[in-house]
Amino acid sequence: MAHKSDLIASDIEGYLKSQEEKSLLRFITCGSVDDGKSTLIGRLLYESKLIFEDQLSALEADSKKMGTQGNRIDFALLVDGLASEREQGITIDVAYRFFSTEKRKFIVADTPGHEQYTRNMATGASNADLAIILIDARKGILTQTRRHSFIVSRLGIENVVLAVNKMDLVGYSQQVFSDIEIAYRAFAKELGGIEHITAIPMSALEGDNIVERSANTDWYNGPVLLEHLETVGVRDVMQTKAFRMPVQWVNRPNLDFRGFAGFISSGTIKPGDRIKVLPSAKESTVARIVTIDGDLDEAVAGQSVTLTLEDEIDISRGDTICTAGDPAEVANQFETTLLWMADEPMYPGRPYVMKIGTSTVNATITRPKYRIDVNTLAHEAAHELQLNEVGVCNLSLDRAIAFDPYADNRETGGFILIDKMTNATVGMGMIHFALRRSSNVHWQALDVERSTRSAMKGHKPAVLWFTGLSGSGKSTIANIVDRKLIAAGAHTMILDGDNVRHGLNKDLGFTDADRVENIRRVAEVAKLMTDAGLITLVSFISPFRAERRLARDLMAGGEFVEVHVDTSLEVAEARDRKGLYKKARAGLIKNFTGIDSPYEEPENPEIRIDTSEVSAEAAADEIIRQLAEAGVVTL
Amino acid sequence: MKSLTHLQRLEAESIHIMREVAAEADNPVMLYSIGKDSAVMLHLALKAFYPAKPPFPLMHVDTTWKFREMITFRDKVAEKYGLDLIVHVNEDGVRQGIGPFTHGSSVHTDVMKTQALKQALDKHKFDVAFGGARRDEEKSRAKERVFSFRSADHRWDPKNQRPELWRLFNARKNKGESIRVFPLSNWTELDIWQYIHREKIDIVPLYFAAPRPVVERDGALIMIDDERMELLPGEVAQEKTVRFRTLGCYPLTGGIESEAATLPEIIQEMLLTTTSERQGRMIDHDQAASMEKKKQEGYF
Repeated sequence: MAHKSDLIASDIEGYLKSQEEKSLLRFITCGSVDDGKSTLIGRLLYESKLIFEDQLSALEADSKKMGTQGNRIDFALLVDGLASEREQGITIDVAYRFFSTEKRKFIVADTPGHEQYTRNMATGASNADLAIILIDARKGILTQTRRHSFIVSRLGIENVVLAVNKMDLVGYSQQVFSDIEIAYRAFAKELGGIEHITAIPMSALEGDNIVERSANTDWYNGPVLLEHLETVGVRDVMQTKAFRMPVQWVNRPNLDFRGFAGFISSGTIKPGDRIKVLPSAKESTVARIVTIDGDLDEAVAGQSVTLTLEDEIDISRGDTICTAGDPAEVANQFETTLLWMADEPMYPGRPYVMKIGTSTVNATITRPKYRIDVNTLAHEAAHELQLNEVGVCNLSLDRAIAFDPYADNRETGGFILIDKMTNATVGMGMIHFALRRSSNVHWQALDVERSTRSAMKGHKPAVLWFTGLSGSGKSTIANIVDRKLIAAGAHTMILDGDNVRHGLNKDLGFTDADRVENIRRVAEVAKLMTDAGLITLVSFISPFRAERRLARDLMAGGEFVEVHVDTSLEVAEARDRKGLYKKARAGLIKNFTGIDSPYEEPENPEIRIDTSEVSAEAAADEIIRQLAEAGVVTL
Repeated sequence: MKSLTHLQRLEAESIHIMREVAAEADNPVMLYSIGKDSAVMLHLALKAFYPAKPPFPLMHVDTTWKFREMITFRDKVAEKYGLDLIVHVNEDGVRQGIGPFTHGSSVHTDVMKTQALKQALDKHKFDVAFGGARRDEEKSRAKERVFSFRSADHRWDPKNQRPELWRLFNARKNKGESIRVFPLSNWTELDIWQYIHREKIDIVPLYFAAPRPVVERDGALIMIDDERMELLPGEVAQEKTVRFRTLGCYPLTGGIESEAATLPEIIQEMLLTTTSERQGRMIDHDQAASMEKKKQEGYF
């Protein structure tokens, strides 16, 4: 590995001692396709003598085989790891590289420039102390430069190196360099958040100003790249902030020991310090900081520790231990910046799983306030967010959590959103602040309780949720059930898809986003009706599992009865009483369920009606029989 | 203000990862390969859960061709810390007589290691398995997430990896899927050795130079560890002072001539050396991008 230190040969013990004290710098490299990121990193590894002879000979062979640099070594091949990337000549994912010098260890996230992989760039940026933004000197600032700088600034990276690369191709022109620098500084100022910019003229291919000062740029007086990376001050501010530790795991090896394990996000802690646990707001005092090597007198941000407390208070995973004098805030509604990372767009109203710190909650996004055009920074009206789009959105959670604004603390203010069905990570976000209405609009306690209303009706409230293709017979069956229930003395109400779209939902169309909102509103209305004690029959196509799940989650246990009116597309289309399938097939109706919009079948409906086997009348009798069996009505 | 060193930061990160798994997995296991990386991983697990024991068993996939000293060391460690140790052997492979001498390195590795690992994970229904792999080892590893998903048939899809942001790991999975978790992702070989030195972690003596019986084969020094090793015409058994930079199946692991008998000497030798670590392992040389392909097929 050829570290050039005489100490290694003469005094290895002394050398090891000195190496233990090295600091760590994490940085990302970002730029457009062909700006030379991989070449730059390959060059850093090569110049810091971290390439072994066997790797070098493999590299020389590969370079000749690929033929991209004539007979010269193609440094990009060192870091373009995956076979599929080598074929395409682009970097498709975040790759992590490691090198060290006598002063520092470096972890580099090599992030791709391709637009569709912006999410990977954000992944690399989330843990970085510094960003190197590459610019091709011939091309200047591009859309991708703006996009990446925007993400860097929003993720709170304060240190940027503007690497103006390929200077050899512009004759090492000072004019070209300073034009780019001036334009970039103006853009960054408008962007905000980037505190320190260091612009360096370089050629990764030729090695100018990477490790050694280049004779080709004698007009440049600033630091060369490696020198800057070795000395840049990464302010370890997290230690100076208020103490926060999200509880990861409760350590209970026996009845006498109860420890709370976690990673300290910010601040310092000592035995005797007064702490507050959020969201419960219970207080106690730190008794011990326990490690296998003995108790600590103090622990700081960046350490993984186990704390014990003086008092027996109930703490579990997801709680946050804070300093009592300056605790985090607690809220359940926020304004956030959201970056969407999935192919399927973000739908307002759909519930997602949110992970923040160590807590996992359900979160619903209200309609985006605006989307941000990363080129102009203009705010645009938006109904949904597509892959790689950034917007400001309000978020509503199903319970309150402890948090800090992201600008104060990345770890207690940054979150991810997870799709409930696929379990994929679909979005990332940063909390700005809690919405005041979450503290000011309190739930109004009512004098007459839900149970009283229900008792007066003589039956239990319930929602019968009929789902199925258009023309499956949902409304027909629901009408018969309704008639029979009324005859039996029950209090009922029907919410019919077509009818509701004439009033409450007449502002909504048939895009996927509008369908989600359509169902959300109906589910909320159905909930109010069950609160009133009614048996509510909802007859909606409701094609998506996620929204039916939302409706189910709103109701109390046992109150939601999903009825799948199961008719094949062929049969429904053959019936086509309203002539809709014909129009859809002719292209006159867009987004028609079953034709050009999907229907996701229920996996475990309470009741499934196969309309090819039973008549509507028999189906209605079966539904009422099952309601009676479940104790909703007595016949 | 207390400034954390790079080793302290790496340690804290690895412990955090292990605790996330303990909190979110249904049935985790730690794959223990007996090498230096496994030694560090186990050491970190003991720290992460102290005073409790790590809330998961260790599992060793034994190809039956490991160095004898490795097996002795493995059993000693499990006993010392009172840990549950599962040893899995692909009995089908044993019945078919699969071995590196008779079937070559790639068939042997596939049947006795890759297939054996899948069998073991399926048999015990482990949903999360810790592995000691590092991103600096090999190009395809450099792109792998800390929480790396495997389909129900254990395949890795490098183009469909979940983004990992901040310290937030999404450990949710569908039925049948599993996760390989790599707590040492951000450690380098030098970090591992420095940490072993700083923490005084026990490692298998094969890492230290000593006189051992070896034979030179295909340019590598192969140790004659038991009677299954037969000399080919023209080969001569000789005693040389050698050590091993990586440990695996003895017929597939070449030793290097060395006088480094202490940890500082090993580190010194490594820092002054000019060939990379995996060169002693036969598996990477089979074909270009071979590790990526093996990983997609289920190799750890």
